Amino acid sequence: MTEVAYIPPAPKPKGIPAWAQHLIVFVSFITIWELSVSNQWVSALILPSPFAVAAAWWDLAIVKRLIWDDFAITLTEVVLGFILGAAFGTTMAVLSAIQPTFRRLVSPYMVALQVTPRIAVAPIIVAWLGFGMEPKIAIAAIICFFPIFINTLTGLMQVDEDRMEMFTSMRATRWQVFRHLQLPGAMPVIMAGFKTGISLALIGAIVGEFVSASIGLGVMIQRFSYQLLLAEAFACLIMLTVMGLLLYGAAAVADRYVVFWKHDTLLASFSARLRAKYADLLTGSRAQAQPAE
Amino acid sequence: MTATVKKLREGEQPMHRTEVVSGAKVGMTFPGPVIALEDATFTIGKGEFVSLIGPSGCGKSTLLRIVAGLITPTGGQIKTFGAPMVAPRPEIGMMFQRATLLEWKSVLDNVLLPNTLAGSVTRADRVRAIDLLHLVGLQGFEFAFPRQLSGGMQQRVALARLLNSGAELLLLDEPFGALDEFTRERLNLELMRIQTQVNATIMFVTHNIQEAVFLADRVFVMTPRPGRLAAEVKVDLPRPRTIEMMKSPEFNDITFNIRDTLGGFI
Repeated sequence: MTEVAYIPPAPKPKGIPAWAQHLIVFVSFITIWELSVSNQWVSALILPSPFAVAAAWWDLAIVKRLIWDDFAITLTEVVLGFILGAAFGTTMAVLSAIQPTFRRLVSPYMVALQVTPRIAVAPIIVAWLGFGMEPKIAIAAIICFFPIFINTLTGLMQVDEDRMEMFTSMRATRWQVFRHLQLPGAMPVIMAGFKTGISLALIGAIVGEFVSASIGLGVMIQRFSYQLLLAEAFACLIMLTVMGLLLYGAAAVADRYVVFWKHDTLLASFSARLRAKYADLLTGSRAQAQPAE
Repeated sequence: MTATVKKLREGEQPMHRTEVVSGAKVGMTFPGPVIALEDATFTIGKGEFVSLIGPSGCGKSTLLRIVAGLITPTGGQIKTFGAPMVAPRPEIGMMFQRATLLEWKSVLDNVLLPNTLAGSVTRADRVRAIDLLHLVGLQGFEFAFPRQLSGGMQQRVALARLLNSGAELLLLDEPFGALDEFTRERLNLELMRIQTQVNATIMFVTHNIQEAVFLADRVFVMTPRPGRLAAEVKVDLPRPRTIEMMKSPEFNDITFNIRDTLGGFI
C-alpha cells in the first residue's frame, strides 16, 4: 500500500545489445498487429492498423493541429488537480500525525471517502461546478487525495523508536522532531504516494471529461469512438499514454532528488559538493588539531 | 541525602569523587505488572567507567533509561549531578546499539545535530565537529553519508555526535553489540582513550562479561525476575588497559566471580 511496486533492473544482456532487443520486440509487436488487421483476423472496424493509427495521429496532431489544445487542457486539469489533492492530502496527514484527537475524529470520514467509489461522485461534482475545467480539477484532486494522505500519514507515524529516544534525550522540541526526524524520514513514503497520486489524477481528469466536457483528450476519445473513428481514438489514447509517462517521469525524477540519500550515485556527487563547499574547514581544523597532538 | 552502596561483594570502597549519579531504591514496575527493576541503590563518581551486565530482562536498559530521564521510575529516587531527575538534561547523552544516524544528513551534519537542535551551527561548531571526527578516527569521511559507511564507522559517528553534545555522563546501551569482534575490540580501546581525554563518566550496558570487565572501574552485576542489582565488582586493573591484561589471573578472577554471581541466571 505504501510503496509503489518496483521492477528490479534486468541483468545486462549478452550478445545482442539491449536497444536492439527492445527494437525487435517492438517491431514484432507492430508487425503482428499489422498482419492481424491486413489479413482480416480482426476487423479493421474494431482494431485499426498501426499505420492507420499513425496516419490518424499525423493528421490530427501535425496537419490539422487539432489535439494540442485538448492535450494542454487535460494536462492542466491533471496538474492542478494533483496540486490541490496533494496540498489537501499532506495537510490533513500532517494535522492527523501531530494531533491524535484530530486523527481520531477525522479517520472515519477518510475511510468512508476511501470505500466510496470516488468516480461515482463525478456527476455530482459536475452538477456543482458546471462544465468548465473546475469539476475535472476537483475530481482529479479527490481521486489522488487518498493515497497521498495515507502515505504521508503512514510515513510520519512510523518513527524509529531509538531515533525518537535520541531526540528526546537531546531535549528536542516537538517541531524539531517533526522537522529533523519525522518529515525527512517520511519522504520516501510520501514521494511514493505522489507517484501513485499523479497517475490517479490523470484518471480523475479523464473521468471528469467523460461525464461532461467540450474539450480535452477524454472528450476526443469519446467523440471519435462514438463515430467509430477508432484510429483517431487510438491516436488520442497514445497522447494520453505519453502524458502519463511524462507526469510519472517528472514524479520519479523529483523522488530521486528529494530522497537523494537512497541513491548511491547521487550521494557521491552530494559528498563531493559538500567537500568543495567546506574545503577551508578541513584545513582550518587540521591547523587547530596539530598543536594538540 | 546520602546514597548507600550495596556491598554484596568484597573490594567495595566509599566514593571519594564527586557523585554524578546516585540511586536510592530505584524501582520500575510496568503495567502488567512487570517488575523491571527493584531497589537499585548505587552511586557513580565523576570520571568513573561503570559496566552494567546481566542477562536479558535484568533491567539494565531500564536503569539506563531512568538515568537518562527518558522514563520516570515508579519507586525510589534518582539524582544526577546532585539534582533529582525530572527530564532529560544536556549533561547526559545516550548511544544505542544501532547508530541512529539520520541518513539524509552528511556525517558532519549528523555530528552537528546537537548544535542544530540548540538553534545554530557556527563555523567554530563545524571545526569542533571535524576535530571530534578525527578523534574517533574518521578523517576523510566528514562529507560522506551514513549509507556509505560500515557499521563500525557509523557507531564512530554516533560517538562523535555524543561527544559533541557536550555531555559529561555518557549512557551507552550495548553500543558495539552489533559489530564483529575485531571492530568491537578496537572501538572499546578507543572508547577508553577518548574517555580519559574528555574526562567523561560512562555507564556501559553489555551482556559480554569480558567486555564489561575490560572496560570498567566497577561492574554492576544484574539478575532478572525481578531486575536487581545483585553485586558491584571492582576492577583494579591499571590504566591504560591493554588486550594482554585479558590474559592476566586478576582479569580471570573477576570474570569468574561475575559468572558465579550470574550462575543461576544464565
